[in-house]
Amino acid sequence: MAKIKKHLLVCGGTSCNALQNEVIASNLKETIREKGLNEEVQVMMTGCFGLCEKGPIVKVLHDNTIYIGVKPEDLKEIVEEHIINGNKVTRLLLDSDPNLKVHSKKQLRIALRNCGFIDPENINEYFACDGYLALGKVLESKDPQKTIDIIKKSGLRGRGGGGFPTGLKWEITSKSQADQKYVVCNADEGDPGAFMDRSILEGDPHSVIEAMAIAGYAIGATKGLVYIRAEYPLAIERLKTAINQSREFGFLGTDIMGSGFDFDIELRYGAGAFVCGEETALIHSMEGNRGEPTFKPPFPSVSGYLGKPTNVNNVETFANIPVIINKGAEWFAAIGTEKSKGTKVFALAGKINNVGLIEVPMGITLREIIYEIGGGIKDGKKFKAVQTGGPSGGCLTEVHLDTPIDYDNLIAAGSMMGSGGMIVMDEDDCMVSIAKYYLDFTVEESCGKCTPCRIGNKRLYEILEKITLGKGTLEDLDKLKNLSHVIKDTSLCGLGQTSPNPVLSTLENFWDEYIEHVTVKKCRSNQCKALMQYIIDPEQCVGCTACARNCPVNAITGERKLAHLINQDICIKCGACMEKCKFNAISIK
Amino acid sequence: MVSIKLSENKINQIKDICKSFNNEKGELINVLHKTQSTLGYLPAEVQEVVARELNTSTAHVYGVVTFYSFFTMIPKGEFPISICMGTACYVRGAEKVLDEFKRELKITVGETTADGKFSLSCLRCVGACGLAPVVMVGDKVYGRVAPDGIKEILNDYK
Repeated sequence: MAKIKKHLLVCGGTSCNALQNEVIASNLKETIREKGLNEEVQVMMTGCFGLCEKGPIVKVLHDNTIYIGVKPEDLKEIVEEHIINGNKVTRLLLDSDPNLKVHSKKQLRIALRNCGFIDPENINEYFACDGYLALGKVLESKDPQKTIDIIKKSGLRGRGGGGFPTGLKWEITSKSQADQKYVVCNADEGDPGAFMDRSILEGDPHSVIEAMAIAGYAIGATKGLVYIRAEYPLAIERLKTAINQSREFGFLGTDIMGSGFDFDIELRYGAGAFVCGEETALIHSMEGNRGEPTFKPPFPSVSGYLGKPTNVNNVETFANIPVIINKGAEWFAAIGTEKSKGTKVFALAGKINNVGLIEVPMGITLREIIYEIGGGIKDGKKFKAVQTGGPSGGCLTEVHLDTPIDYDNLIAAGSMMGSGGMIVMDEDDCMVSIAKYYLDFTVEESCGKCTPCRIGNKRLYEILEKITLGKGTLEDLDKLKNLSHVIKDTSLCGLGQTSPNPVLSTLENFWDEYIEHVTVKKCRSNQCKALMQYIIDPEQCVGCTACARNCPVNAITGERKLAHLINQDICIKCGACMEKCKFNAISIK
Repeated sequence: MVSIKLSENKINQIKDICKSFNNEKGELINVLHKTQSTLGYLPAEVQEVVARELNTSTAHVYGVVTFYSFFTMIPKGEFPISICMGTACYVRGAEKVLDEFKRELKITVGETTADGKFSLSCLRCVGACGLAPVVMVGDKVYGRVAPDGIKEILNDYK
């Protein structure tokens, strides 16, 4: 067999899947075969490259070339010009997009080290990247406490949002006495707009499996469970494949690598409940019950799944473990800030040029992320806010752009790290509506067990709705603030304790927008329909009837060649007329 | 108690699913996932059978079914349409897309068209934020959907 010399990688993430990357991969294979190159060029699907906006992506591994926005008709040119003749196809190059020039330069990939680099469905490729070496080292040391000490020393903190020191969590669970303990991987990524965990499981499932086995050895557990969202079919499939391969090679099962240590992993599926990201709720859900949280203590590390000590870590936290074992605690601790070590993966989305997955060292500023890695705001609009931490977090504004990002700074700024969703908003976004959007989410997702969360959030939502309908008063703003604090102070679990954050942070940072809504009844971003009117300027209108013909509710009247009029009582403010008008005669008041 | 009017065949299917999970109560959510993917939805009488097989109360099963948004007691359309309402899609106009679907199909969220063809639901983030706003019809993902592109999507299924 001729030796494979060149690899062509096709991004196999969910976003690229929707752009028919499978057609790209199979056509590419076909083209390679036609040219008689199948002996030396291998085509394979990998995990997410993090360039979701620009997909489908093809990467030529030997010279590290990335092609973006590849269409089936481009493939022949790539093969003929680049693979055979050695000339890159410049029009498709990553660098051909000026916004992407610095995209990878400020990034540091630890958790995502293998994503988009190896074939996630082939364990041999994971071996080639030091796969299962860390597990071997840990088992060989015969000293679980030593492993815990390494993780403690590395300074790794939980990447699911809470930021609890991982090593300490392991130590507490290891000291709990029981006949059976469990390691749980929390893959219930519920934040809307966040897809870090999904990408890791799709792109590098073995790193999570290896880390779970390491955690099992460290704390004395023989069983692992992955709690994963049913909405992630591709991640589930890849994880299942990886678990089976790992069993075949003896990295899961009994007497792993002849050490006498037994460990195996099972999957448990979520069924669409945001609150199940909270560890006690997650455990109840795994037991087949409603995912309602319970009071802590007892912490899961003492009494968790089926009443046994259970160590729950997030996907991204696990993905960091093998590298820390291999490269050492000092290496990891040298990256990041004083209290937040290592890197963080963010799902950068919203009104930004380069939507996608990024991994950056802790301590980087929002400005670097948004304007350098993210390539700035879409369509040249003005930056308004960035939301981190999902429904539990808050909005950060221009004044926070130069704050180094770590767990503690984000909390001080009124937001939080969260699991890593980062949504960028521009001048067209109304911050009152954004707060309402998040409260709508919380009301829907509150499990209903405790009163402040169940009823309080509903009241918050109603007040916000009143404001967006132009019926709010100054008094309502005080009510919002007071009620928010009550809910935060009195809710049972993390969901209720953080759900008013979007309200409080927008009140704090965008007070003048709230005031405008309640006093002059104006929404400066023209998002609150009740506060705006579409009007036709009779001077500009030539009576072409385009608006009247396109109005879905027949609210526009007027004779041909004469100025038209919008009946405000019928108008539903859909904006169709303004889009169709070629004479700029329609504006928003 | 709901009187069970399910066909013998369906009852056996449910029983087999429960058995494949050793009739264990703790496997309830896995059982419900499998049952819903086999039968399409989880009406009261199905829950009754599951409860009996797993030796638990129907109230417990009902409590779980209604807690999780993934489970449904109403049959979905032949082509279920889900509009992503994740934050990334929301700020890029998912609400307008949803309004257009409502207008076009004349149903609201959670309903199915009279001919049983389409049903409409919202979901929280499919993780394809780079393509926002995103719509799913069955398993197919449509990215960068604009309100005026909706007729075209529906035409694929008519």
